Amino acid sequence: MAATNILKIDNLAFERNDTLLFEPVSLQLNSGEALHIEGANGAGKTTFFQILINLLEPSAGSVYFRGQTFSECRYDYLSDILFIGHQSGVKATLSVEENLRWMSPDNTSAEKIALALQSVGLEHYANIPCYRLSAGQHRRVALARLVTTTASLWYLDEPFAALDKQGVAFIEGCMQQHLNSGGAMVFSSHQDLVKIEARSYRLQSYRGVM
Amino acid sequence: MYNYLSGGFSAYLYRDLLLGIRNKTDLVKPLIFFLLISALVPLAIAPEAERLAQLAPGIIWILAVLATLLSVERLFSDDLQDGSLEQMLLSPNMLILPILGKIAAHWLMIGLPLTLLSPLIGIWFSLPVVAVIPMILSLALGTAVLSLIGAVGAALTLPRQGGVLLALLVMPLYMPVLIFGSATIQSAVDGLDWTAPLAILAAFLAIAIALCPLAINAGLRLAKNG
Amino acid sequence: MNLNLQWTWFHRLGSPRWFYQKTQRWLPWLSFIMLSLLIVGLVWGLAYAPPDAKQGNSFRIIYVHVPASVVALAGYYLMAIAGAVGLIWRIKLSYMLMRSAAPIGAALTFIALVTGAIWGKPTWGAYWVWDARITSMLILLFLYIGVMALRHTYSSHEAADKASAILGLVGMVNVPIIYKSVDWWQTLHQPATIKFTGAPSMHPDMFMPLVVMIVGFYIFYAVSLILFTRAEILRREYRASWVKQLVTDKLAEK
Repeated sequence: MAATNILKIDNLAFERNDTLLFEPVSLQLNSGEALHIEGANGAGKTTFFQILINLLEPSAGSVYFRGQTFSECRYDYLSDILFIGHQSGVKATLSVEENLRWMSPDNTSAEKIALALQSVGLEHYANIPCYRLSAGQHRRVALARLVTTTASLWYLDEPFAALDKQGVAFIEGCMQQHLNSGGAMVFSSHQDLVKIEARSYRLQSYRGVM
Repeated sequence: MYNYLSGGFSAYLYRDLLLGIRNKTDLVKPLIFFLLISALVPLAIAPEAERLAQLAPGIIWILAVLATLLSVERLFSDDLQDGSLEQMLLSPNMLILPILGKIAAHWLMIGLPLTLLSPLIGIWFSLPVVAVIPMILSLALGTAVLSLIGAVGAALTLPRQGGVLLALLVMPLYMPVLIFGSATIQSAVDGLDWTAPLAILAAFLAIAIALCPLAINAGLRLAKNG
Repeated sequence: MNLNLQWTWFHRLGSPRWFYQKTQRWLPWLSFIMLSLLIVGLVWGLAYAPPDAKQGNSFRIIYVHVPASVVALAGYYLMAIAGAVGLIWRIKLSYMLMRSAAPIGAALTFIALVTGAIWGKPTWGAYWVWDARITSMLILLFLYIGVMALRHTYSSHEAADKASAILGLVGMVNVPIIYKSVDWWQTLHQPATIKFTGAPSMHPDMFMPLVVMIVGFYIFYAVSLILFTRAEILRREYRASWVKQLVTDKLAEK
């Protein structure tokens, strides 16, 4: 299978309080590839992700998804991405299963939900409200989406935070499987131990003058 | 179990109702506020039926405005904190429908109970019986407008979570609703035609449904940038 | 989209500088016209216009009150439109104008309210009457303060600009509704006991100085807006090379 271009980032820049946050970014991502975004704290990793998921508008430059700009393919793009950020998106008063169902695609089967819960080790917690879970378990609820999702492009902002070894191994498994099946992903992580084969890109804080 | 059709309207309506029912205290607070303050009014003014009946339309409407204002602040802030707002903004569907779903849930949990409780306040304030139906209708329509406008303020003040600023932004916009809402009741008390101010409230509702979600959508997108 | 973004990028960097340099030349002229109009209008209105038949000399406060009200209301629209232009075409200068318009408009609204109250005492026997126009002006003051206060909710200029612009637009839709509602409410409760001296019924000798004052206030508004915006430009663009050049030149002059 020939690798097709999924994402093309062209001279992307973002301004906050009239200063560029990072040096303009130009990148390409093909199917089956992973991209590891590195950068010191405050280098703008989270902002970078928010631009990619169309929550923030870039101040200059553009992002192409399968050769089209956001405005041309907004619906297709947003239906084909998965984003897991710092905040889990898990509602404390809903049960584990209700949360996962809410965050999964509409037609996810009950078996798939059960499988996802099993693979994050929460199968016995399905009907427990999430406020009774620990921080790590909260995170696992959110990460169980990696099993149920049908998206081909994953954005994972610090997916390994607050997880134990087992959890890390689970995510790595999901990521590897996703890459093998032709998916693509962009992730950030402070751990260098990630076993996924990925290109890295270092976000540089902006130093120039306007 | 869930209905994911209609582009997110019913999904978000259902979810917010479910969340509301599970956090019962948040749901009951505005209603208790509404009842408590109503009970204070006769003590502060006078227990005479005539004077109370004269003040009733205005007081009922001011309390409805305050109760909505108190509750609307949290419409989006919980979602912002736990990250589900981020996921909502990523939905490929138009955001208008999820937003309207959330506001509909808010109205069902705040505006509708207030409307249903209002006859009790009417009895407390010796409101003439002829004014009860106009009061219920005006509150039903008016509180929906209040929820919609309040949601605009809540979306715009999201990074600092409302408070006095929310009241400052929203109160001037509430003024027309307050005027025509209490006028509906007052007209009925005075034996005038009360359908005219009620029709204007309905017109406000139509405008608010059409325009508020646009402003809310734009406001929510800024919250992450705060 | 790519080209478009490139274009806005240049445009956004270019226009504040253009504005700063252009207005440098306009300011002396505008200030001169403003001062002449205000002096002529004030002297004419306060000293030469005939006293009002009913109100005597106390009516003369309209030469400040009416222009302030008119410009305050128009200023709200200017602010909201500037915000809309910023939202649609992403022009920074437009946001700067919007930000500068808010405090000027709020100040004029405040002046209108205070002069109204001073005028109200001899005319109606009370400093404050819940008249439709006064109530609308009070709400307008709240709207202005809201736009100013909302900025502090956001830690980045860009988000604050957009939020204020959205609020301005929401207000713009509401101002006529509020005005009409208050008007209707007032006729319901106070059937026409209070009437302003309407402009058309005014004698030309009274009316002409008022026109001069209104035009003078508009130009005063323009001058203040330009000054505020220039300060805002310097505050935001202080990293730009042309601002640095400007500072070195100024220092060299001394």
